[in-house]
Amino acid sequence: MSSQAATPARSGSVLTGLLIAAGVLSLVLLLGVAVYFLFSSIPEAFWNSPAGWVAVTTGQILAFVVVLLLSLAFLLYADRKIWAGVQLRKGPNVVGPFGLLQSFADFLKFALKEVVIPAGSDKAVFLLAPFITFLLAFIAWAVIPVAPGWVVSDLNVGILYLFAVSSLGVYGIIMGGWASNSKYAFLGSLRSAAQMVSYEVSIGFVIITVILLAGTMNLSGIVENQRGWFWDWHVFGGGLAGLPLTLVMLPMAVIFFVSFLAETNRPPFDLPEAESELVAGYAVEYGSTPYLLFQIGEYANIVLMCCLYTILFFGGWHPGFPTGAENWPPVLASMFGFGVFAIKTVFVFFLVSIAKAIVPRYRYDQLMRLGWKVFLPTSLVAVIAMAAYRVFGPEIA
Amino acid sequence: MVASIAFYVLAAATLLSGLAVVMSRNPVHSVLFLIAAFFSAAGLFVLLSAEFLAMLLVVVYVGAVAVLFLFVVMMLDVDFAQLREGFAKYLPLGGVIAGLLAIEMIVVSAAVVTRGAASGVRDVPAPAADATNAEVIGRVLYTDFAFLFQAAGMVLLVSMIGAIVLTLRHRPGVRRQNVHDQVNRTRAQGVSVIGAPTGVGIPDDLPQAARTPAE
Repeated sequence: MSSQAATPARSGSVLTGLLIAAGVLSLVLLLGVAVYFLFSSIPEAFWNSPAGWVAVTTGQILAFVVVLLLSLAFLLYADRKIWAGVQLRKGPNVVGPFGLLQSFADFLKFALKEVVIPAGSDKAVFLLAPFITFLLAFIAWAVIPVAPGWVVSDLNVGILYLFAVSSLGVYGIIMGGWASNSKYAFLGSLRSAAQMVSYEVSIGFVIITVILLAGTMNLSGIVENQRGWFWDWHVFGGGLAGLPLTLVMLPMAVIFFVSFLAETNRPPFDLPEAESELVAGYAVEYGSTPYLLFQIGEYANIVLMCCLYTILFFGGWHPGFPTGAENWPPVLASMFGFGVFAIKTVFVFFLVSIAKAIVPRYRYDQLMRLGWKVFLPTSLVAVIAMAAYRVFGPEIA
Repeated sequence: MVASIAFYVLAAATLLSGLAVVMSRNPVHSVLFLIAAFFSAAGLFVLLSAEFLAMLLVVVYVGAVAVLFLFVVMMLDVDFAQLREGFAKYLPLGGVIAGLLAIEMIVVSAAVVTRGAASGVRDVPAPAADATNAEVIGRVLYTDFAFLFQAAGMVLLVSMIGAIVLTLRHRPGVRRQNVHDQVNRTRAQGVSVIGAPTGVGIPDDLPQAARTPAE
């Protein structure tokens, strides 16, 4: 698109954007009213039957996935805009008002292209790999509580489930790299797999400190443990009696942040797809929809980790001061909690974006040194310190 | 009813992927089927409401051990024709071993069916009704059988040290990065400013005295 065509259309495109937004909003409202009347005509007994349970769960999953995919589209856009802003560029600004629809244009472009499969590749594994990445990125969301009571499956061992799913993420990459039958893709996937396995260890230890502090592996329980003022958040030791634990938990929060950048292959740890060395790493041979699945899976994982960071250290849906939200109508309280949670998560995502823009890439041996020689011993000592405080220290409310 | 459907589906998946592990021509496919088998086994644990064990199975075996298998197998150059060469020759011996294993499994299963799985084990106090299964496993491992647990840890430690001792080689002449030295280096140690006459440049055999930093 030439700059001549883009400049005069500026004010017009804002107006079009507002009109589209108003149209979408009224459509959603109408749909909401229609759905409400449709559902109020169904008897109570149906919801308690197994079929009702299946319907409710399917509905929850659908709602979750749709909201997640939409927010991913705009977070991807925000990521590119922030990156561009740091480099004094404009970033995407052509498709839709302010370029807001850029992600959808990219989506259509990917989806409409032909799927090319390399001749010497292992076809089944080659196509399975992006599916696995995509699927794992989304099933992890089943246990994330985004507001009081808003969670698809409130598992007892929710945090272990997340840890298990994230440790499977490596398979998509390693299978994709191997099945491509290309040396570059294979080298990229080996690097990536070694990196992810290494950083999982320190993530595991950091999670153990949080479990010791909260006394539960249920994610809703972990969030409820941080109710009240901001000094009740786990990053500040989970309560006034635990305030000395800030010395342990603040470094743990930093280690978790850096480790999740490495775990999700984000810059400055994007060695698997280091453009200057490996073309595109494990994804060299991928294009069109399979590549799109890899990309969506990667971004869903990043946002998932942002959510997990908020939940584990920064109070989840609790805003950091007593609001009395538990006395509000449940729907209102949940909406408020969701808003607080979303703001915190987007802020963490902003930090991730900024890290991409301003930190230079690590060298591979330095990456391994950081993971094994710095983070692992530090988090191991932190686990011991935390366990000792829990046994011999004062009771933390 | 839902639980039994899930059981049969998962059990069938475990058996079929186990079969596929030994039947696949490509060793990478074998490992991938092995992962599928681990996964279905984890599902069976969930059905027994041992969700903690299920998650550990996925984290440890699928997330770490199988990745290493995959690493090794992908980088090996396996000659399949050579592997299949002695099939007929080794068939009788292999058949005998497989038969023994099958008989053992049948005997053990019969014992479990008639006397229960935990017969002959020393009594473990029944857990509180509201204890989660992570708590129960923790109590058994760290309180009731603490010594055995520590001993198992020591065995693993010894094997790890053994593996490292066997493979560790100190090659001379390898330059390693010393981050501590790099961080502690001052400007005076790193940079020197040398006055070079115009049109002449710096002589190749510049004496060391001239290389001292200009403060």
